[in-house]
Amino acid sequence: MHKLYTFLKYTFITLWTVFIVAPFLWAISTSFKDFQSVNSKVTYIPWLDFEPTLEGWRVLVKSPARGGVDIVEPYFNSIFVTCTASLISIILGTLAAYALSRFTFKAGFVRNNDITFFFISQRIMPPIVLSIPFFIFLSTIGLLDSLLGLVVVYIVLLMPIAVWIMVDFFNRVPKELDETALIDGCNPYQAFYKVVLPNSIPGLIVAGMFCIIFGWIDFFFAFILTFTEVQLLPVKVVALNSSITPWWSLSASALISVAPLIIVAFVVERYLSKGNLSGALK
Amino acid sequence: MNFKHKFVFLFPGLFVLIGILIFPIIFTIRLSLSGWNSYTPEMNFIGITNYIRLFTDDPRFWESFFRLSFLSVTTVILQYVIGFALALMVWREIKFKRFFRVIFLIPMMTTPVIMTVIWRTFFHESLGPVNDLLGNLGVKPILWLSDPVIAKFTVIIVEVWQWTPFMFLLLLAGLLSLPKEPFLAAAIDGASPFRKFVYVTFPLMAPISIGAIIIRLIEASKIMDTVFVLTSGGPGTATETSSFYIYIKGLREFQMGYAATLSFTYLVIMIISLTIIAKVLTKLMIKE
Repeated sequence: MHKLYTFLKYTFITLWTVFIVAPFLWAISTSFKDFQSVNSKVTYIPWLDFEPTLEGWRVLVKSPARGGVDIVEPYFNSIFVTCTASLISIILGTLAAYALSRFTFKAGFVRNNDITFFFISQRIMPPIVLSIPFFIFLSTIGLLDSLLGLVVVYIVLLMPIAVWIMVDFFNRVPKELDETALIDGCNPYQAFYKVVLPNSIPGLIVAGMFCIIFGWIDFFFAFILTFTEVQLLPVKVVALNSSITPWWSLSASALISVAPLIIVAFVVERYLSKGNLSGALK
Repeated sequence: MNFKHKFVFLFPGLFVLIGILIFPIIFTIRLSLSGWNSYTPEMNFIGITNYIRLFTDDPRFWESFFRLSFLSVTTVILQYVIGFALALMVWREIKFKRFFRVIFLIPMMTTPVIMTVIWRTFFHESLGPVNDLLGNLGVKPILWLSDPVIAKFTVIIVEVWQWTPFMFLLLLAGLLSLPKEPFLAAAIDGASPFRKFVYVTFPLMAPISIGAIIIRLIEASKIMDTVFVLTSGGPGTATETSSFYIYIKGLREFQMGYAATLSFTYLVIMIISLTIIAKVLTKLMIKE
């Protein structure tokens, strides 16, 4: 009975691992192919099935004029928008979360929970509902097709995540901590900045990671709100996909675009194993 | 504590959010009462004409909505079952525990549209590896993207691949935060692993499960990226979800007014149904 269970367990884990890894392996293999090995028959293993070339990867750094796909600029755009929006969301979200966790608010029938829910509920909003008004809003203030405009929109996407994680986290930081600081003569801001924040680093890191993930992977807003001046990475890759880009450079650009965040998986796992995440995510 | 400080903490975030959102929401409602389209691009007032059209003369919207419900509920159930199973398996000591945890997390870190670009080559009906490998086993080529029924399942497969890690992460974080005492008690009583799960683990995990399911349902209801790249709603309208239909009406056919009507109705339906689902799940899963 126990042996059968162990057997099934490892079978399941192995199958799932294969399922997860399969598209990556396929893309890695494809990125080294040439016309012959993509279009004649399906090939898998370099050297055995086909002769690998670096063409797919070389194209990435060439300028469009010389037949390249220029992925460098979208790359930096994506990094800039994601990091700026995450940073602003974390700062504003953390402050709000601290207020919601430590003080009581009352306005009519509105209580703390309702305000928290208001923040988090913004995630319910389907991007399509916001995209049309944002399109007109941004074109009115002249921020359409600009990095700044995207940052403004991404704050709406990311602040709810920051508030969601940080409220739960602050609820777990003992109140005595800030009370002691206040008795010691700090004003509320010093108590927050000098005592509570240093004790919230794990929560901040988790919230930051989630903001970066959800900012980095967003496609739809970038797709609707930018055209030619500014391009983010996902939009660029999808644009390649709908043109006649060959599979090898498509795979190479896809791989290079998803690579940086895979490092985040290792960081998340580390926090998970240390037990810091459990409090922050519950 | 002093009373006015609390506003200094809360207001920046709150007002930035409200400030960015208030215009879009009011604008959507106003737009939904107008006949803005490519012929008359202006904010005229045509009352509830658009709403009448939606409720009496637009089966395609409701079909896309039911398709969306089917897709999101199916994917979330699959994600929950698989995610929970995976979380339970790597919760306690097993070989290469941390390696598997990292692997199981990776898909959620990758950009859905970009991975879907790869999935499209993966499921390509003549040049993709899936049909090729199945062909070696003697299976006829499967029309992964051009058969109306199978295309739905292809979308489900990709969604499950993409987002099971998120469910896994939330559930594993929950499992790791459970108190040890109930498990010790169960061990002393000599409970079998199955009974331990039914009577100890599952009830303790119920609140976390509900939270995770709701969060995933919210995100799944926005399915759009995958569909956009994988099938573009096709073949025909076989994988068209509400968001995609609104996108076509609004930003391809430029029926802005009508698209706003769809958006607003869709938003109201989403809020109501998610609230009901949350209530029902709480009733079902937390028993006294």
